[in-house]
Amino acid sequence: MKNTIEKSLIKKIDRRSFLRTSSIASAGLILGLHVSCASKFGQEDRSAASFEPNVYVTINEKGEITIIAHRVEMGQGIKTALPTILADELEADWGKVTVSQALADEKYGDQNTDGSFSVRMFYTPLRKAGATARLMLEQAAANKWMVAVSECKAKNSEVIHQGSGKKLDFGALAGEASKLPLPDEKDIKLKKASEFKLIGKNTPIVDLKDIIEGKAKYGIDTVVPGVKYAVIARCPVAGGKVVSYDAEKTLRVPGVIRVEEIESPGFPVSFTLPAGGIAVIAENTWAAIKGREALEIKWDEGENSDFNTESYLKELEKTALSKGIVKRDNGDVDKSIKTASKILEATYILPHLSHAPMETPNALADFKDGKCEVWAPAQNPQLTRDVVAKALKLDKAAVTMNITLLGGGFGRKSKPDFVVEAALLSQKCQTPIKLTWTREDDIHHDFLHSCSAQYLKVGIDENDKVTTWNHRSVYPPIDIHFNPKAQIPAMWELSLGLLDMPYDVPNVRCETNNAKARSRTGWLRSVSHIQHAFAVCSMADEIGVARKMDPVENLLDLIGVDRKIDFDKLFDGYPNSGEPLADFPWETSRMANVVKLVAEKSGWGKTLPAGHGLGIATHKNHLTYVACVIEVKVAHGEISIPEIHYAVDCGTIISVDRVKSQFEGGAIYALSGALGEVTFKDGKVEQNNFDTFRVARMSDAPTKINVHLVENNEKPTGVGEPPVPTIAPALCNAIFAATGKRIRKLPIDLGL
Amino acid sequence: MNKYTININGKNTKVENVSEDMPLLWVLRDVLGLHGTKFGCGIGQCGACTVHLDDVAVRSCSIPVSLVNGKNITTIEGLSENGDHPVQKAWEEKNVPQCGYCQAGQIMNAVALLKENPNPSEEDIISGMHGNICRCGTYNRIKEAIQSVAKKGEKG
Repeated sequence: MKNTIEKSLIKKIDRRSFLRTSSIASAGLILGLHVSCASKFGQEDRSAASFEPNVYVTINEKGEITIIAHRVEMGQGIKTALPTILADELEADWGKVTVSQALADEKYGDQNTDGSFSVRMFYTPLRKAGATARLMLEQAAANKWMVAVSECKAKNSEVIHQGSGKKLDFGALAGEASKLPLPDEKDIKLKKASEFKLIGKNTPIVDLKDIIEGKAKYGIDTVVPGVKYAVIARCPVAGGKVVSYDAEKTLRVPGVIRVEEIESPGFPVSFTLPAGGIAVIAENTWAAIKGREALEIKWDEGENSDFNTESYLKELEKTALSKGIVKRDNGDVDKSIKTASKILEATYILPHLSHAPMETPNALADFKDGKCEVWAPAQNPQLTRDVVAKALKLDKAAVTMNITLLGGGFGRKSKPDFVVEAALLSQKCQTPIKLTWTREDDIHHDFLHSCSAQYLKVGIDENDKVTTWNHRSVYPPIDIHFNPKAQIPAMWELSLGLLDMPYDVPNVRCETNNAKARSRTGWLRSVSHIQHAFAVCSMADEIGVARKMDPVENLLDLIGVDRKIDFDKLFDGYPNSGEPLADFPWETSRMANVVKLVAEKSGWGKTLPAGHGLGIATHKNHLTYVACVIEVKVAHGEISIPEIHYAVDCGTIISVDRVKSQFEGGAIYALSGALGEVTFKDGKVEQNNFDTFRVARMSDAPTKINVHLVENNEKPTGVGEPPVPTIAPALCNAIFAATGKRIRKLPIDLGL
Repeated sequence: MNKYTININGKNTKVENVSEDMPLLWVLRDVLGLHGTKFGCGIGQCGACTVHLDDVAVRSCSIPVSLVNGKNITTIEGLSENGDHPVQKAWEEKNVPQCGYCQAGQIMNAVALLKENPNPSEEDIISGMHGNICRCGTYNRIKEAIQSVAKKGEKG
């Protein structure tokens, strides 16, 4: 989802100017590093932004090392992963490292933590920064001992003279090192992979102890003296407005202080703007909730009051059956389908899904003297600060955006509407406001992953070769946030699993068509890969059945001979997750490799008990190659999952344990997407809370999840989103193997 | 508005100026500033707000303050002195948390489960932890952590 232009420059920071911009007071060595990038999401090109260093490492005279985490932590482990990269090259004693969370600031370059690209983008620059600091410390020691720097080696926060065995601690060298000029880039030597001590190992997350002691601070835990608590009644139909309201009973609820109206922006609803409604401000959250229950509001429900998902999905399905807007067209689909000896057709339907992070949207805003300080669990710190400033009509320099830990994000918290709500209320009330969304608010007003319909038509020739692939994907576009009139998905959305279909088929046509958004929609962990991988990986399995091939052999045949696929030559506008294909080529050999690995590790072909079945799916996303085998057990109309095996090629791995944990957890998150749904009736979400929006619980979890990692020295790629897309199709393919029933509609209904 | 005295983490704590129907969760969080106990759903469906009433796990979002007057409540902050309860240590050893938000509730629920049944079977763990949702999907590590505590108990 990003176009990134990597540039890096390491800078030595003037101590006084550093102290002006940082709360970390330190004498000693302070190094900064500049990385700039441009985002596709309509933000400014940050390659032209101020050339200030944005990632700091400081070493003080006690040898204490502070590394600033400028990306956002939401469970993916990035607050630990990025500092370990730097610390490893620095030869730091990890026990002496403190990680400090950054404020929102352009000087950090892109802080928008989504798209599974933090490690990919910062791996090399952070290594260079660590190696630069290491070399300066070694040089400082060499100067003190009056020996050649080549004789001095940093090891575990000390520099050792190889001849004499003399040692000096980093703290004793930091002052001297800070006086040295920055070394020439050509003198910076990065470690060999065999020398890594933290990269590729299992460093526990920096907040682990705080979390298990209940001390970790999330957005919802942040308060300031004098804070008042707010909840908001929003129109149950997206884009609706308040006509009138009566707050008399509300104001009689003990603890309620006042009510305030927030204007509705109408429809479509931008993810940067509040939905509007009536806010109740009280002495505590409970009083605010009780006060809201007592509100009498007359709504103008607006244009979406007739939105029903049941009929809408039928419309989408109908649209998908007719000729669409062609976005990829290779060979001659019309001609080849006429000569096919077998034709397969299928339509796949997926529902709306809610992000439902355990910590609901919330924010604390303190507007005072024309300035606003905010504390929020925000995935996109700078955008959040910018939209808060705009809503409050302030210069953005007057808004300080503190980023807390996130109790889950999954894409929900990169939409800062809820932070703007808190800031507007604080400005109106001239008091600090802690805004909390209840779970019902979250399910009713989420920017949902959209429902979709996909039609696939495949032609197979008399030699059982697949010759034709025609895929139509129809869903309300996320692009509506950037182009309010958009009715078809943008190229970047369609490139998430539809247009970059990798199978070796000579005639391919991929189409989309109009679908009008009728609710708040947005991106959710792995975005459009969810529906596209479901259709592509399910159809792949159907092809295997039609060809009477073993599913693994079938997949390997579809993937075809080892080659690099130049998708930019097959259609216009392929983003490749923001990376040039020359740097991150699309290699079918790596996909075939994960398929073979997962087949081997899962014991593919083994004898299974009655009612059990194995299903396989493979999908590359966010530049990571994933294959997944699921063993399902179907008994008494219920499914359970004895085992999942993943094979993953994400290049160089920073933390083996956190990569595995992302896949273990991603499997569960994706399973929720195959079991639950959000539906609308008369424009209103029919589910309210975890009683009606079904998410996976421990009883739904696979008994065992095995993650097999490919070891190589390729560039690192993302792991936050890649676990998700293969789960639903692998599961449904397994159900087919177990029962002969093909599931083409989610959530799964066995109908047994 | 009534006055209540609740023994929280071994300390008698006075709570004033709250309505009798205010759930214990909001008393802990908004009135007493004990933020370790989390809000997740408000209807007893997710377990993020789990605390102990005496030694039994309860959902603090669904218990009005008036019902815990004079009772003993333990929250995650009072589970151990230094985060060294065997269950907390097992969580640390297995690197259970991802975002960590639900884990206080998971830990409190697991402690009560093990107190009632020191050697739970896998089925016992699944049914005992069914009410605690984790959206990051740490269920298997939670299960392993509980099993590791149970095994240590057997040896001891």
